[in-house]
Amino acid sequence: MNKNNDIESVVIRLAGDSGDGIQLMGSQFAVSTALSGADFSTFPDYPAEIRAPTGTTFGVSAYQINLGGGPITTAGDAPDVLVAFNPAALKVNLPLLDKGALVIVNNDTFTARNLAKAGYANDPREDGTLNDYQVVAADIGHLNLEAVKEYGLSKSEGGRCKNFYALGMLLWMFDRKLGSVEAWIARRMAGNPTMRDANITALHAGHAFGETAELSASLSQIKLPRANVTPGEYRSITGAEALALGIAAAGELADRRVMFCSYPITPASPLLHRLTHLAECGIGTFQAEDEIAAICAAIGASYGGMIGVTSSSGPGIALKTEAMGLAVSAELPLVIVNWQRGGPSTGLPTKTEQSDLYQAVYGRNADTPIPVIAAATAGECFTMAIEATRIALRHMTPVILLADGYLSNAAEPWRIPALTDFEPIASNKVPGTDEGPQRRAFTRDPNSHGRAWVTPGMPGLMHRIGGLEKDIDTGHISYDPANHQRMTDLRAAKVESVANFIPDQAIEIGPDSGDLVVVGWGSTYGPIYQAARKTGVSFIHLRHLNPLPRNLPELIGRFDKVLVPEMNHGQLTTLLRDKLCVEPVPLNKVTGQPFLIRELVGKIESLRGNAL
Amino acid sequence: MTDKLTAKDFATSQEVRWCPGCGDYAILKAVQKALADVGADPANTAFVSGIGCASRFPYYIETYGFHTIHGRAPAIATGLKLANPDLDVWVVTGDGDSLSIGGNHLMHALRRNVGLKIMLFNNEIYGLTKGQFSPTSRVGTRSPSSPSGSVDSPVSPGQFALGCGAKFFARGVDTDKVGMSDVLQQMHAFEGAALVEIFQNCIVYNEDVFASFTDRENAANAQLHLRHGEPMLFGEHNGKGIRFNQQTWSLEVVDATASPDQVLVHDEANVMLARLLVDMRLPVAMGVIYRQPAVSYEAAFYAHHTTQMKRTKSVADYIKGPSSWTVE
Repeated sequence: MNKNNDIESVVIRLAGDSGDGIQLMGSQFAVSTALSGADFSTFPDYPAEIRAPTGTTFGVSAYQINLGGGPITTAGDAPDVLVAFNPAALKVNLPLLDKGALVIVNNDTFTARNLAKAGYANDPREDGTLNDYQVVAADIGHLNLEAVKEYGLSKSEGGRCKNFYALGMLLWMFDRKLGSVEAWIARRMAGNPTMRDANITALHAGHAFGETAELSASLSQIKLPRANVTPGEYRSITGAEALALGIAAAGELADRRVMFCSYPITPASPLLHRLTHLAECGIGTFQAEDEIAAICAAIGASYGGMIGVTSSSGPGIALKTEAMGLAVSAELPLVIVNWQRGGPSTGLPTKTEQSDLYQAVYGRNADTPIPVIAAATAGECFTMAIEATRIALRHMTPVILLADGYLSNAAEPWRIPALTDFEPIASNKVPGTDEGPQRRAFTRDPNSHGRAWVTPGMPGLMHRIGGLEKDIDTGHISYDPANHQRMTDLRAAKVESVANFIPDQAIEIGPDSGDLVVVGWGSTYGPIYQAARKTGVSFIHLRHLNPLPRNLPELIGRFDKVLVPEMNHGQLTTLLRDKLCVEPVPLNKVTGQPFLIRELVGKIESLRGNAL
Repeated sequence: MTDKLTAKDFATSQEVRWCPGCGDYAILKAVQKALADVGADPANTAFVSGIGCASRFPYYIETYGFHTIHGRAPAIATGLKLANPDLDVWVVTGDGDSLSIGGNHLMHALRRNVGLKIMLFNNEIYGLTKGQFSPTSRVGTRSPSSPSGSVDSPVSPGQFALGCGAKFFARGVDTDKVGMSDVLQQMHAFEGAALVEIFQNCIVYNEDVFASFTDRENAANAQLHLRHGEPMLFGEHNGKGIRFNQQTWSLEVVDATASPDQVLVHDEANVMLARLLVDMRLPVAMGVIYRQPAVSYEAAFYAHHTTQMKRTKSVADYIKGPSSWTVE
């Protein structure tokens, strides 16, 4: 690890058993990092099993945080510091490190039994496995138990304090204040004063351990620069939190209440959980019996005049497909959030992937176009939830908002926006004509093709809607061949018209023409941004995927080559080929892990080498 | 509304497109009449249906109507009821729609006790897809998909409903104007999920499947019209009654004139009795078989919601999270 104190950023990875509280410890470290003014980005990496057998490699949970002066847009490539709480955590995570990295291991867990469970024939601390690394082997378990002895806890209760002991060590290493973590412990454990005090003691003891001479030879305190960020008020936020707030904001901007209907699925459930805490913003949460019922209830709520929202992950979205067609046919607003995960089938539920782009853009029976947008960062989930709702209400259509498992769980500092920064969301008014109610319900805005939002309960406007093809004017059932052609054209024109309401595509960074442009979408924003910054190539990041921004063909046309890195097998590449007739160079990674900056830099350099 | 609406006011301009002679026509008339009789406000009434012959129903009722997708009407109606609990929401479904592809949603609408008036048109056959056996078809039903007879055991809508925890289950016959009128009005008055099984004759694919108890000449001796608190009498001059056989735990027919004190009195709140009644083959129980008032799902949902679904706070009150910091 870089022993100089002038480093720009440092990547820390905490790893242990899934029951060890690693995720909790990581998120607390993130908060204290933010409070000290550093920029950061995190990557929770946990197993699908809730409590896998202890000590096994498949039960290892990890939390990676990249902190520094910024801009920090990814959780970092190779960790500079690995804290391994047991041999299995060391076994799984050691291959991620560069030589010279700092490895902190918890000695107490390196028993013969745990070494065997991790698949180590010999003790890695002694057989040369760690020769290329700086190693701090601390008796974290033992030291922690000593520190909390005074509270008379059982061995297992006392043992649970070890996370905060280790966190104390880390906070000392990175010159972070203890205050925020202490306050958090006090709040969280208010009902159990003994455990509260024990954990706070462990935190201080770990901090003191770092500070005293006991470790000074190997651990020098690292001072990170403060981030150079836009002035304003900030908080730490995950994608799930941001999206929940965005839905609440959308309801407020539209002056409509929200009914969120979903069925639990990884990694989408955090949004359901977050929204239950926003009831006072006029949000109801309905946990349906299955994915189909979830979207159907949301459609029913939209039919009733609330903003219907549903959320799931790929397999659940697949089940919702038929109902999306109904919402298209009935011309009802609906927001569908897809937290993509590794697939196919159950796939890798806790790992990230962006492989549902085909499903979102093309994946329905018949000609059933739906607008598709995607969030680039955790914080951007807020604005994209507002954008999805705005499109849904303006055009009276379901809208798919793509996020992914990484965005759901990853935390980043977020500049808190004011609601007044956003335009109110209008919905189409019922025309006050002398026409019959059926015609009035299907009177459409000439620009957006969105129909009037007539809801049951409105006097004198009784009408029928449904999934059967209807007459373009009267809304009555129609099997007329020419009418079906017109309705199909109308549905296509409606989605195309979204492009008239969205901003022109901009270049994130880099020159506005040249030999190479990198085009990305979704959560790959972070690593692509850093790779483009390092190599000086241009970077275009798409938020609107269907339809694409109007100026995109012209913009991409200014470059000789187009590189499309994606966490799938080439789906945006296909989409761009289809819509823009360009032939991008794909870079596809489907390991369930985000791109590393160096992987992207390597590809960019090889392409430019060829170009020169 | 100043003038009382009539059944005609609940008819739409749309041409009704069921097969001539279909039992659905009688049901449509009965529902239009029931809506007029209970003084329903068309603007505050919505019919939600799935897919199948029965599910065309909303197009012919002058209220709000939503013809949705196969099996999902209870789920869509649940969302609608949550969005507007004051709406009078009816669900129209068939035996295939509600007990095959949509069995899951019917189960959950019933056990949650969502305030939906659910009319299940049971004709024991798939009509719209041209005559295949359905989940209520009897074993041995010959159909295009079971030319040598079906082998599936049928589901009993009544047992299904009671097993799901339904709080209201009733039955009627499509052409029985008096019985249907009564059952529909009682269903309408119920606060929670009310399921009515309507024996509906499909004249094309399953004609007369219920004739053994619905034909005019058989009806008196083959149907038991239940009334809460009244003895279970049927047959000519109410000469027959139903008693409970304590040895076999079953219901059986008794001579009501000879043994009037053995005749059971209907208690619609007794779920054990309801379970015996729905399985009775001769006579077939009609009317309200089971009714147990309970808080509806939407009432519980709103009561439990912190602000009864009102917006009392701005997102600005939450947006800062547990801690924030300022960058100068």
